[in-house]
Amino acid sequence: MKIPDLTELALRNLRESLLRNSLTTVGISVGVASLVAMLSLGIGLQQLASRRLVKSGLFDTVVVTSRRDLRNFGREEQRNGPAPGESRILDEASRREIEQLPNVLEANPDIRFITELRYDDKPHLTMIAALSPSAKSNDAFDGIPGGFFSSDTAPEVIVQKTFAEELLGKTPQAGADETKAADLAPSLLSKELTMRYAQRDTTPANGILSAEDRQNNLSGATYSVVSRELKLKIVGISDLDPETMRGPTRARVFLPIKLAESLHVMQPTDLREVSRSATDQPVYSSLSVRVKNPTRVQPVEDAIKKLGFTTFSILDATRSLRQFFAVLDLFLGIFGSLALAVASIGIVNTLVMAILERRREIGIMKAIGASDGDVKKLFFAEAGAMGILGGVVGVALGWAIGQVINLGTNIYLKRQDMPPEHFWAVPWWLVAGAIGFAFVVSLLSGLYPAGRAARLDPVQALRYE
Amino acid sequence: MIRAVDGISLEVRGGDFVALLGSSGSGKSSVLNLIAGLDRPTSGSVVVQDRDLARLSREELAKYRLHVVGIVFQSFNLIASMTLAENVELPLRFAEVERSKRESLVRESLGRVGLRARMNHRPSELSGGEQQRASLARALINRPQLLLADEPTGNLDSRTGAEIMDLIFELNRELGMTVVMVTHERALAERYAGRMIFLADGRLVDDLHGDGLRGDDRAAPNRADADNSNLHLDASFGLKGDRL
Repeated sequence: MKIPDLTELALRNLRESLLRNSLTTVGISVGVASLVAMLSLGIGLQQLASRRLVKSGLFDTVVVTSRRDLRNFGREEQRNGPAPGESRILDEASRREIEQLPNVLEANPDIRFITELRYDDKPHLTMIAALSPSAKSNDAFDGIPGGFFSSDTAPEVIVQKTFAEELLGKTPQAGADETKAADLAPSLLSKELTMRYAQRDTTPANGILSAEDRQNNLSGATYSVVSRELKLKIVGISDLDPETMRGPTRARVFLPIKLAESLHVMQPTDLREVSRSATDQPVYSSLSVRVKNPTRVQPVEDAIKKLGFTTFSILDATRSLRQFFAVLDLFLGIFGSLALAVASIGIVNTLVMAILERRREIGIMKAIGASDGDVKKLFFAEAGAMGILGGVVGVALGWAIGQVINLGTNIYLKRQDMPPEHFWAVPWWLVAGAIGFAFVVSLLSGLYPAGRAARLDPVQALRYE
Repeated sequence: MIRAVDGISLEVRGGDFVALLGSSGSGKSSVLNLIAGLDRPTSGSVVVQDRDLARLSREELAKYRLHVVGIVFQSFNLIASMTLAENVELPLRFAEVERSKRESLVRESLGRVGLRARMNHRPSELSGGEQQRASLARALINRPQLLLADEPTGNLDSRTGAEIMDLIFELNRELGMTVVMVTHERALAERYAGRMIFLADGRLVDDLHGDGLRGDDRAAPNRADADNSNLHLDASFGLKGDRL
């Protein structure tokens, strides 16, 4: 029998015992729904964790330094490759080269310097770092009191909570509740800070160079350091510390990156690279390279290493996280499948009952020319149809359960003053996979009944009333 | 083991109208089931068109039932949940006939038995005679060479039974279709069959040919053409109790 005929007959037969077949299909639906619910919870949690990690900016970032950077000297990996003196320097050209690599979103110079900030005529010494516009989506700056920089060159700063406390003269008390950034905001936002910094000025300074030097064209090797002041407006206060991983070099005040670049603040490398850096082209101590996806970090790191630089990323943490979620998904999948296993027994039961009920009909079909294979296929088609139908309804049910739990959890989170989250994810492959799985399980359940129906003796079956 | 058919040997020529007669339990339905390929002989052979049914696989037997024989039962055996058209169409589905051709074949077959107007009715909406005519239409749909009828008038009143028998007789005469009919009504057999085979206790006790029997009309136009549907049965068949 051809597939359209099989399908037509199977659906017709299913309609004949509508209540029983509907109940069996509901059983499959519940099984599929539990499978989908379990797996989508696992996938949702995994996506939530990944989103958080990506937003933290730690897992999609590769820090690139030159091998000339003597701070890296002690590291094991530095013993391979060219000697520090022969290594490439991190200048604008190499930054562009890195930015051209596949999967690289951006490569920004890591501008950070220690300087003095004055607030209310009191000096505060701290580390200042530059932020690229993409940091706006970083967890540390997402939804902070105030906001992000109005532009890439605006004379604005975002301060970290601990520095904000320092500015206001508050010291955290041991045992007391932590102050929230939002509580500090009213007294600090839109206030002005004065930053004092050392600017590297490459304008040839007559009088410093001797006539002989000028003859030898050594003018570029000379620059002056000028003390400057800049007024900056506080636009945001960050609750989280985005730079916890950086240890002692972490910054507590952040500037827009273009502004920071235009300031030509004296960098520690400027002294080491005096012979090369005394031009307008800056040399960077390190670059922060953002990768499209945490999974692409390794290939990007490899590519950058090939260019002759040193890289660093927190990759292993994501790897073990993926392993954890694979195991979690497996367990959730097994528990979810239990209900489907019970449902498959329901299919066997329904089809065996159908054989008893339709024994005479099977006898008639065989008498008028149906082969064993035709009868077998017909029962398979019925099992398969119940499986697909149950799968589709089950996926919808699982999705609905997910939505309800998501809604309930978010109401709870809202009451706890926490931002809403999406714990539930039903990707298309889970939809297709669940329906396919229900179909296969149903076919397997149909194996025994279909075989039994096919083996029926037509003469005996025709005698059955 | 009960011997339902005990060493019966018979030969049927293509185009014959043969009636198998006997009382209940005489083995006539068992012989019909052997010829229909629904049962296999315990020993011996059933040769139809040079094919020994005893040696065919289950799959081949199904094909034989589908293409070579058409069966009409006493209790009609229409599928109650299907309309007449669907019932008649069923063998065409098994034979994988294209959907576009099926409708005209079903109309033609139901038209031949005078039921075209009732093709969308379910069996329960029809009289016994109409149901048996539908059953006949289903048996004819794949144009079999051999029509087997098991007490085709058993559940019908005499007038309706005669109508059905007239139809079967017409098929035998006009299409040269070989007919083997099981009945316990001698009068019916005498009226339509050209040959009467009497069975008792699974044995052949008498075999009457011709002699004024209506079905022995040698002038049946298509008889010569249908000679290839000849049937040789030389078989014993035992029932080993319930086979399921």
